Amino acid sequence: MLLYVVSAVYVCYLAVKGGLGLATWNALFWIILLFAAFNALTRSFQREDAGRQLYLYTLVDPRSVILARAIYNGGVMVVLSLLSLLVYTLLLGADVLVEADLGQFVLSVVLGGIGFASVLTLISAIAARAGNGIGLMAILGFPLVLPLLLTVMRASKLALDGVAWSVTSTYFGGLVLLDVITITQAWILFPYLWRD
Amino acid sequence: MALLLWNEPTAAMRNWWKFLGIGLLLFASIAGLRIPLAPALVHVSPDRIAPGPVDVYVTGYNSSFGNDVKVRLVNEGDAVCASSVAVLDGTHLTARFDVPAGFKANLTDVEVDGLTYRGALFTEGLGSGIVEEQCPGVLDMQNSSAQEVGFAFPNRSILYESIRNLHFHVPMWFTMIVLMGISVFQSIKVLGSNSLDRDLAAEMAVRIGLVFCVLGLITGALWARATWGAFWTNDVKLNGAAVTGLIYVAYLVLRGSVQDAHKRARLAAIYNIFAFVLLVLFLFVVPRLNAIDSLHPGNGGNSGFSDLDLDDRLRVIFYPAVLGWILLGAWMYDLRVRAARLETTMDR
Repeated sequence: MLLYVVSAVYVCYLAVKGGLGLATWNALFWIILLFAAFNALTRSFQREDAGRQLYLYTLVDPRSVILARAIYNGGVMVVLSLLSLLVYTLLLGADVLVEADLGQFVLSVVLGGIGFASVLTLISAIAARAGNGIGLMAILGFPLVLPLLLTVMRASKLALDGVAWSVTSTYFGGLVLLDVITITQAWILFPYLWRD
Repeated sequence: MALLLWNEPTAAMRNWWKFLGIGLLLFASIAGLRIPLAPALVHVSPDRIAPGPVDVYVTGYNSSFGNDVKVRLVNEGDAVCASSVAVLDGTHLTARFDVPAGFKANLTDVEVDGLTYRGALFTEGLGSGIVEEQCPGVLDMQNSSAQEVGFAFPNRSILYESIRNLHFHVPMWFTMIVLMGISVFQSIKVLGSNSLDRDLAAEMAVRIGLVFCVLGLITGALWARATWGAFWTNDVKLNGAAVTGLIYVAYLVLRGSVQDAHKRARLAAIYNIFAFVLLVLFLFVVPRLNAIDSLHPGNGGNSGFSDLDLDDRLRVIFYPAVLGWILLGAWMYDLRVRAARLETTMDR
């Protein structure tokens, strides 16, 4: 996964020599992160055979399974996002971060990562159940991630501009709301998915 | 409503809402297309004036300029009447003014009888005001009823005749949301009961809802072209419409890729509920965050239609139109569900 991020960033680095505008820098970063999330989380439920699922089913509550998966995926996404931020700034330059409110930017990256993870965990479970993994995952997941993506891109853009907390806090509030509602929904709906 | 409960109602009660829907639609469509716009001034040339004699050419819309028409310039409380007016026809006239020096504001309004074109003329401002000459008949101008044509839609610059689209474009989205709501309701029931019949109903509601989504996009694109100059703009509401379309197309793709009927019912229901909640968040919460850059009325400092003067003239048609389209959507959905049920019965 890290290899994917590094190579994606490197391709961007080769493609755009010289400086990037603030808006482009931000957009490119989130596009890389979006596809990294899809790649990483598609495998969340795909790799399991029926036997192991049956074993888990007899052993624990399905709600624990989805919650554990979501937390694990969230963790993976946070680590992945922060690492890609590191590689990204190393290769593409940190000029845009000079005026940025770094705390806000990192917060938006973390919330965005958790949001991607929470939406895509349930979608990956649905896609795996439908038995037509990767293509279906993209079709089902993309429109649901889009609202999150638009909000988080705006929040991080404001953070890069160095806007005060009083302005950006509504966006972070919105992101937390989206994350919480998504995880709650996954927690409620997953048992029905698991039942046969 | 009976169609949610699936009990067979008595024959007398069964169809009243269909007739109501058709009646409302007929009323709203005919009235929405036939009612004229209120008269207004739409063009004034030249667009700047300097002190001295000047001929101003005024174009009206749906107006009826008579030979006794009163024309004047208004600049921050100062008024100048036309020295002579030549009426060409009901919508065109030329007025000659002796423009005095000393107007205070940069923009001058043109008034013809009761109608005003605000900021019609760019003026050399910064003067100290003029001595107002009272011209004959000007006092009557404020309450002149010469231009009243009875019930008419507001005539707004930029919108003009396209204001009628309010009665077609907006009800499409209302109807779509109602149908998607029905679909989610059925999906929740699917999870509780594993009923394939409810699954069928959920699918048909989505299919009919998508029809209204497409109609909303088409009417919206035409309206956007007429008022904003482009068929598609990067606007939160347009993004919302695009995401809605994608979500429900994805829902149908998901249905198409699962063979087993019970499994399909369950997966589709889960996706439907999950997507609908996120969609509601996206349509009604995220625009509040991004409200600054929407072109839609009621967002980002734009006035909503309810702020329009005399908006009641629109409401009288708009609410029946919304209810009529929703009832039509419900009827289409009802027919599709019944047809699909017959098909499944015949397959067995």
